[in-house]
Amino acid sequence: MASESGSNRRPETGAFFQRDRTWHPPALTPGYKSSVLRSPQKALLSFDNTLSEIAGPVFGHAMLGELDNDLIHNFAKPGESAIGERIIVHGRVLDERGVGVPGVLIEFWQANAGGRYRHKKDGYLAPLDPNFAGCGRTITGEDGGYGFRTVKPGPYPWPNGPNDWRPAHIHFSVFGHGFAQRLITQMYFQGDPLIWKCPIVRGIADKAAIEALTAILDTQATIPMDALAYKFDIVLRGRRSSLFENRLEGN
Amino acid sequence: MAQSLDRLRESPSQTAGPYVHIGLTPNVCGISGVYATDLGSIMVNDKTKGERIGVKIRVLDGTGTPLKDALIEIWQADADGLYNSPTEMRGAADPNFFGWGRCPTDMETGVCAFETIKPGRVPFRDGRLMAPHITLWIVARGINLGLHTRLYFSDEENANGEDPILARIEHRIRVPTLIAERQGGTYVFDVHLQGENETVFFDS
Repeated sequence: MASESGSNRRPETGAFFQRDRTWHPPALTPGYKSSVLRSPQKALLSFDNTLSEIAGPVFGHAMLGELDNDLIHNFAKPGESAIGERIIVHGRVLDERGVGVPGVLIEFWQANAGGRYRHKKDGYLAPLDPNFAGCGRTITGEDGGYGFRTVKPGPYPWPNGPNDWRPAHIHFSVFGHGFAQRLITQMYFQGDPLIWKCPIVRGIADKAAIEALTAILDTQATIPMDALAYKFDIVLRGRRSSLFENRLEGN
Repeated sequence: MAQSLDRLRESPSQTAGPYVHIGLTPNVCGISGVYATDLGSIMVNDKTKGERIGVKIRVLDGTGTPLKDALIEIWQADADGLYNSPTEMRGAADPNFFGWGRCPTDMETGVCAFETIKPGRVPFRDGRLMAPHITLWIVARGINLGLHTRLYFSDEENANGEDPILARIEHRIRVPTLIAERQGGTYVFDVHLQGENETVFFDS
């Protein structure tokens, strides 16, 4: 399935830039207790991408339903809507070269405005919102742009330390063009003091990396009398130019 | 001083957390009516070419306990070794095989069961053929950055013996951690996150 951009650009086939694993949280972050028994301890096997990593599934816009990018309405009864602070989240998916990445499937999920997930394992006492499921998806346009509408999720307590709270956040799952670009991350909100106390966030060593996951209030993109807006750009691994490389067999 | 490279940095990863199902397989966790089906839940149809196989995967933590809140994605070539991807320049892959699947571990047993086909062989960068394999990507609560590895097949001994990636594993005693055991029409594969049998994970 090629992206339906109508573009006559040749697909890029180069390998991806090496991942900077000091920028990501390491596997073992003892302050986040669940990582202790789930973190590999042996050295990773490093190799330049083969076609298995360079290729990846690409999803077409045809799979999207009309309300897939509207969490305020995609689970709500007719005429009703989710409760909470109405927001737009928008931005671009870029790669490390600064190039917008079109045709990227982004899936997102979150707690409701009270900080409660619609999941049988979440027993937090904040109530479920009958009109809110907490999932949505979209596909980036030709310039890598995307956007969706939701309610701002609430912070919530979680069983790690005796009194740990997650900052308000939205989970993002992102496909690039190659399977090596596959990424899951979380978006935080500008000004939330819980960000800097969170053991999951603090697994990231570099303050600038944490800031890169923090969406900024974007008053130009708000809808007057309706919804505030936050801008959140996502960066995927960049692709090497294959101009001077030995081509992969068959390319 | 010199010019700037003007490069961006990859967004740092964060764990998928315990509620990954809400976002990626909502129907499995009881959220129906938002998406008609969960993406990646069905990989083959009647017209898909190739040998039908089952793949059953568990992910075990450092105590040997299966994870019950993990999610696995698999990515593989078609029966002729072609990827259904715009990057595939060698020919058109089977239009009836997307090559990508997604499955949460069962909340009781920890088993992830895929119904797929045996992939063909894909060339390495230098043209040598790699052994048939399936790429795995594993996320869960407690996993800060998705884990990448491969599943190879126990009945492909010759191909496995000349696979350029398996050949790079210095400690040969670890090679079997990447090989799924054939039991009838199903391959069984345990991923060990830690311990003596820790699976070889990739940085590629």
